[in-house]
Amino acid sequence: MINTTHSLIIILICTVVTALTRFLPFLLFPSGDKTPQSLKYLGGVLPGAIMAMLVVYCYKSTVIFTWPYALPEIIATGVVVLSYLWKRNTLLSIGAGTVLYMFLVQVVFV
Amino acid sequence: MKKFKNADAFRAAFPRTLPVMAGYEVLGFGFGLLLQSKGYSSWWAILMSLTIYAGSMQYVAVDLLSTGAGFLSTALMTFMINARHLFYGISMLEPYRDTGKVKPYIIFGLTDETYSLVCSGEVPDGVEKSAFYFWTSILNQSYWVTGSALGALFGTALAINTKGVDFSMTALFTVIFTDNFLNKNSRLPAIIGLCVSFVCLMIFGASNFLIPSMIFITIALMLFRNVLSKERRREHDQHNT
Repeated sequence: MINTTHSLIIILICTVVTALTRFLPFLLFPSGDKTPQSLKYLGGVLPGAIMAMLVVYCYKSTVIFTWPYALPEIIATGVVVLSYLWKRNTLLSIGAGTVLYMFLVQVVFV
Repeated sequence: MKKFKNADAFRAAFPRTLPVMAGYEVLGFGFGLLLQSKGYSSWWAILMSLTIYAGSMQYVAVDLLSTGAGFLSTALMTFMINARHLFYGISMLEPYRDTGKVKPYIIFGLTDETYSLVCSGEVPDGVEKSAFYFWTSILNQSYWVTGSALGALFGTALAINTKGVDFSMTALFTVIFTDNFLNKNSRLPAIIGLCVSFVCLMIFGASNFLIPSMIFITIALMLFRNVLSKERRREHDQHNT
């Protein structure tokens, strides 16, 4: 845990910037003027690409070349993806994957 | 009279928010547990869920907090993750017009899940629209806040070994990615995002790859604009016929 002031500033920045993304359209286009085409296009495709970036972000510190050779990550990710393909239930896949991963790093690959 | 109007709006909004309740209690719980595992008490979880109030962003914020991220990268990361809200806002300009004094709050509360409930712009018969939007928004946030608080309290009370609970964030984004990959419309953007970020990770390293990734992803998406817009249009036409 970093110090309280630093933590509060990070939370403040997250709050202000998040609110900005929600309020900006209402401030920029108060009368519902036509939004630029390129903006509309980015709105459709950017979220999917950024989510993929966050996946890479989550695995960025995974250790591949030494024991346990990323096995907990590979196994748990496999369960997340396969259970999602099977049931299409977001919460089930997150729950199952997380519990399995915790079991693997605490009990199996210690 | 005002009271009756509010009661009607509440009765109309509450059942519609039940699916969000299930999702937010669980995801909020995961967030609270994760934050607590980094040494933050439940007050921090409540504070963040009251002020930031953005699901995936708060998971990332746990990481930003525990690694003591810089202010500029915090701002940029927040902006890119939440940029999709800009587009929700654009489509809600019309429905949220003339909503009076609840307008600032319902704009603040426009999360993915709330958007999914209000985006049709339809309001049940006989219900005042501003009150309906208000109850939908505030009920959803109350689920998110209680879920986060419970997760943090649970983690503190049981003192369970939380090692590995970080994987909940990985699982969340992996599910969203899988879902995007299955959808024809968002498959190519997802692949572009994955490849560009991976290359940037290799070049810039784990602690510096996010900002170049965001820049190059935007450039790549603009380069693929012709292909992607055509695909989206074709999909759109198929839906209409």
